[in-house]
Amino acid sequence: MNNQRSFFSNIDWVTVFIYLVLCTIGWFNIHAAVYDERHPGILDFETNYGKQFLFILIAMAVAIVILLLESRFITALSPAFYGITVFLLMLVLVVGRNVGGNQAWISLGGGFRLQPSEFAKFTTCLLLARYLSGPNIKITELRSFLIGGAIIGFPMFLIMMQPDMGSTLVFMSFIFVLYREGLSPYFLIIGALFIALFVTAILFNPLHVIAVIVIITLLVVFSMRKNKRVVYTMVAGLAICVVFVLSVKFIYNNVLQPHQKVRIDIVLGVKKDLKGKGYNVNQSKIAIGSGKLWGKGYLHGTQTKYSFVPEQSTDFIFCTVGEEWGFAGSAVMLGLYLFLILRLIMIAERQRSPFSRIYSYGAASIIFFHVMINIGMTIGLVPVIGIPLPFVSYGGSSLLSFTVLLFVLIKLDSNRMGIV
Amino acid sequence: MNSFFERRYVIAGIFIVIIITLLARLFYIQIIDDRYALYASNNVRRQVIKYPSRGAILDRNGKILVQNQILYDITVIPKQVKPFDTVEFCKLLGIDKATFYKQWTKAVKYSPILSSIFEKQISAETFASIRERLSEFPGFDSSPRYLRVYPDSVAAQFLGFIGEVTDRDIKRSNGYYHPGDYIGVTGVEKAYETVLKGQRGVENQMVDSRGRRKGSYANGMFDTAATPGQRLTSSLDIRIQRLGEQLMKDKVGSIVAIDPSTGEILCFVSSPTYDPNLLVGRERGNNAAKLYNNPYSPMLIRPIQAYYPPGSSFKPLSALIALQEGIITPQTTYFCPHYYMAGNHKVNCEHFDGVTDLRKGIAMSCNTYFCNVFDRVMNKNGPKSTRSTFINWRDDVNKFGFGVKLDVDLPNERRGNVPTPLHYDKIFGENHWRSSSIISLAIGQGELLSTPLQMANIECTIANHGYYYRPHLIKAIGDKQISKAEYLQKNYVGIDSGYFEPVIDGMQRVVESGTAAAARIPGIIMCGKTGTAQNPHGKNHSIFVAFAPRDHPKIAIAVIVENAGFGATYAAPIASYIVEKYLKDSISKPRGEVEYIMNKNLLPDTLNYKIHGTRKPVIKDSLKKLKEDSIARQKQMKSAARKNKKDTTNRFLAAQTMYKEDE
Repeated sequence: MNNQRSFFSNIDWVTVFIYLVLCTIGWFNIHAAVYDERHPGILDFETNYGKQFLFILIAMAVAIVILLLESRFITALSPAFYGITVFLLMLVLVVGRNVGGNQAWISLGGGFRLQPSEFAKFTTCLLLARYLSGPNIKITELRSFLIGGAIIGFPMFLIMMQPDMGSTLVFMSFIFVLYREGLSPYFLIIGALFIALFVTAILFNPLHVIAVIVIITLLVVFSMRKNKRVVYTMVAGLAICVVFVLSVKFIYNNVLQPHQKVRIDIVLGVKKDLKGKGYNVNQSKIAIGSGKLWGKGYLHGTQTKYSFVPEQSTDFIFCTVGEEWGFAGSAVMLGLYLFLILRLIMIAERQRSPFSRIYSYGAASIIFFHVMINIGMTIGLVPVIGIPLPFVSYGGSSLLSFTVLLFVLIKLDSNRMGIV
Repeated sequence: MNSFFERRYVIAGIFIVIIITLLARLFYIQIIDDRYALYASNNVRRQVIKYPSRGAILDRNGKILVQNQILYDITVIPKQVKPFDTVEFCKLLGIDKATFYKQWTKAVKYSPILSSIFEKQISAETFASIRERLSEFPGFDSSPRYLRVYPDSVAAQFLGFIGEVTDRDIKRSNGYYHPGDYIGVTGVEKAYETVLKGQRGVENQMVDSRGRRKGSYANGMFDTAATPGQRLTSSLDIRIQRLGEQLMKDKVGSIVAIDPSTGEILCFVSSPTYDPNLLVGRERGNNAAKLYNNPYSPMLIRPIQAYYPPGSSFKPLSALIALQEGIITPQTTYFCPHYYMAGNHKVNCEHFDGVTDLRKGIAMSCNTYFCNVFDRVMNKNGPKSTRSTFINWRDDVNKFGFGVKLDVDLPNERRGNVPTPLHYDKIFGENHWRSSSIISLAIGQGELLSTPLQMANIECTIANHGYYYRPHLIKAIGDKQISKAEYLQKNYVGIDSGYFEPVIDGMQRVVESGTAAAARIPGIIMCGKTGTAQNPHGKNHSIFVAFAPRDHPKIAIAVIVENAGFGATYAAPIASYIVEKYLKDSISKPRGEVEYIMNKNLLPDTLNYKIHGTRKPVIKDSLKKLKEDSIARQKQMKSAARKNKKDTTNRFLAAQTMYKEDE
C-alpha cells in the first residue's frame, strides 16, 4: 500500500473543513471582542486577535506534522506523552504562574505560556484508549475499571490541586467513553440522579426532598413487590440517596470553596448579585440577549466592545457571537459543534481498531463537554466554570491542544483500513 | 465491533438533547425575552443634557436689563490627576488648603473616574489667568456655565430671579426639570419661564463599562440640539425706571407708570429695592437670607402686592360714577363749611372751600363735596335700599379694575379690596347701615385698598375717556411683537366719554393751581390728583396719580411714598420728574431740588414699620429653601424678626379698628 497516497485520500475533509471554519469564527470574534480604534488591523500582533492568528498558523503546522506521522508512533508513545503531561502537571504546582487564582501556567518566555492541563486531556484520552484496547481488558471487570479510573483520576487530581475546577470537570466527560465500552448504564443514571438531587437539595428543604423520594420509592416497591431483587435494590438506593441529600448541605458548606458556592447559587437563582458575583453572568446574558435574531453586526456589539463582559475573548467569547450575530449566528455555531461531534461519533464507529474508536469517543466527549459547559455558562444554565470554547476561545494552549486532539483522530481515521 | 454498538445512539441522543436545551435557552433570551436589549442600551447609553442659554430681557428701547454671563466651573477626574504642586494650584484658584482637601475628598468619593465639579463659578476675568495654566494640572478641566447678570441693577422685583428647582417643580413638570436645574422663581423670570428657558438638547453618548465616553450613540440619531431661550422685550423704559429707583431711594413705596394708549407698563418701581446681582452666584444664599430678613421686605413686589388706601386720589372715580348715574352734573354745587357731618360723625375738610362745584372739588380735594356726592349716590333709591345701591356702586368701582386682579403678566398679583356688603352686615347688622356709616369710602378711605398698579390703571382709564388696555410688561418675544387679543381689547368701564371732560378739567387744575401746584411741568399739561392715605402707624402716605399730556396722553402714573405726609410733598414732585423725563428726556427743575428728594431718607422706624395689606407676601418654596440653607448664622436675627412680626400683626389689628372708628 502506498502510504503517501492513502493518507491524503483517506483524510476526513469534512471534519477538517469544520475545524477551519470554527478557527476562523474564533479569530474574527476575538477581533470583535477586543476591537479598538487604535489597533484596527486584524493582523496586529500587539493584540489578542493578532496573536490568535499566529496560534492558528502554528496549530495548522502542527496538524500537518501529525498527519505526516505514523499512526503506530502515536499509539506507541501514548504512555510517554501521558508521563510528560503528568510531570508537567506536577511541575506547574511548583513553578507555575498564578493567573486568576489558578496555578495553571508555565512561562515560556516572550509573553507566551503553556497550560499543561489543556494537553492532559489529550494524553489521558490517548492512554485510556491504549489501555482499554489492550487484550483481555473489560471495563466491566473491577481491575480494569480501577486501572482505567486511575488513568483518568491521577491527572484530574493534579489539576484539582491548581485548583482548576473547570479542567477537572472536563475529565468527567470520559464517562461517556467508558459507557460506550461497556460500563453499566447505572453510572450514567446515578450520575444524573445525584446531580438532580444536589440541585433540589440546595433549592428546597432537604427533609422535603427526602420525603418525596421516600414516597416515590414506596410506590415503586409496592407495585413491584413480587420482584424481590428490585425491592432490595430500591431500598438500598433509597438509603444512599437519603444519605446523599443529607450530606449535600455539608458538602456545599464545607467542601466547596466560597466562590464556587456563590456561582452555584447564582445559576440556581438562590442568590441575586448583579453588581458583584453575578455581574459576569448577568452582563453575558445581556450581551447575548441583546443580539436578538440577527445580531448587531460584526464589530457593532456594544456590550462586548465596551468591556461590559469580562474575559470576553477567552471564556466568554460566545457573548460576542451572540451579540453580533444574534440567534441566527448562535444557532449556526451550535449546529456546527453538534455536527462536528456527531461526525466524530460516526468516525469512531467506523474504526476497526478499538484504540481508534475509544480515542475518537474520548475526543468527541471532551469537545462536547467543553461546548456544553462554556455556552451553558454564558447563558446562565451552568455555574461559571472557566473552560474555553474549543477552537474559538483565545489562547494558544487551548487551540493547540484541541488541534492535536482532533488531528490525531483524523490521522487515526485515515489509517482505519490498516491494522494498528 | 463489540456488543455495545447500540450505545452510540444513547450517547448521540444525550449530546443532541443537551445541545437543543442550549439552543432553546438561547432562543428564550435572544428572541422571547425583550429585557436584555433594554438592559444593553441602558448599559452603554448615557444621556447628557445640553443646556440652552436663558433668554435675555431688554427694555422697550433695546437696553439690556438682564443677560447671561459666562462663568467657569473647574472640574476634576481624580484618576487622571498626576502629582502636582498643591500650593501652586490653591494659589491659582484662590482657595486655601482646607478647601482643596475638602473638595478633593468629595470628588474622589463621588467617583474616581467621572468628572465632578471642583470649584464653582469662577468669573471670566479670574478664569483667564487660570485657563493658561490649567493644562499643567492633568485631570483638571473647566466647563462653562451661564449665570444671570444685570448690567444696570434695576427693576429687581419686575425681573424676579431664578433658583434651583424644588421637588414640587420637578413633579409638576412631568420630569422636565432635574434636580439642580434653574427655574424662574418670581417676576418675569417665572411668568415667562417657558419662553426664557429655551429648549434643552440631549446628547446620547456611548460609554464603556467604566463610564468613559466612547462616541455618540446611534450616530446621534436621537440627539437634539439645545435651542437658546428667546429674548424678551419688556415695555419698561430703563431711563425712567432708573430715575424712579433713584428718587425712591431710602423711601418705602412704589411707582407705576403706564402708557394709556397701549397698557404697556413703563416704570415699575418697588422701593426699597435691591441689586438683582445679589441673587446670582456664590453669595446668593447669604444675600437672599439678608433680603428676606430685611424689615422693609425688598422682595415684596409692591406695585402689585402692596395695599394702600387710595385716599383722595379716589375722588375722580367717585365723581365719574355719580355723573354717570346722573346724580350730579358738573355744575352741581355744595357748600363746604370746613367739615361734613355724616350723621353725628364729623368728617373734616382740609380747606374752607365755600361754594364748590365739581371742578373746584377735585382741584381742592374737597372732602365735603365728595361726601355729599357719595351720600346722594347711596341714597338714590332711598335710604332703605342702601345695600342694593352699594352693590351697584361696588360693581362700578370693580369695572375700573379696582378690587379685582388686572391679570398683569406677573405672578402673585393681588386684587386690592373693595369691601363687600357682607362686611358691613357683619359690623352693623344686616341692612342696618346707611350712607353715613360708610361715608369714608367717599374720600378713598375706609376699607378701600388698592395696589399701585390699580391706581395707575385708573389714571389710564381717565386719560382714555372711559377704557383701559390690560396693563402688561412684555412687548415682544424674540423678534415677534406680542399681539394677544386681550392686550388690544379696550376694557370699557361703563362711563360715557362725555363725563370725563369736567373731571379732567378738575385734575388739570390740581396741577395748575390746586393741591399739587408744585408739580407743574412747563410746556406739558399734566392732570393729576393728590392723595393722602391715613397711616395709623406714623406719618401719612403721600400719593399722587396723574396722566400727561392732557391731549393724546402718553403716560399715566401713580406714585406712593409711605410716611411722607401729604400727596403734594413727595409723591407729586416725583411723579412730575418721571413724566417730564419720559416726555422730554430731561428735567427742568433745578438739580438740587431733585437731589434733595433723592437723598431724603423717609424710611420709617423699623419697629413701627408694617407692610400694607392683610398678609405677608407669599414666600415661594425655593425662597424658603434658600433661606433655610443659609439661615444658620442668621438664627438670632430671625428670631428677632419673628418677634417683630408678631408685634406688627397686633398693631395691624389695632389699625383696622381705628379705620372703623374713623367712620
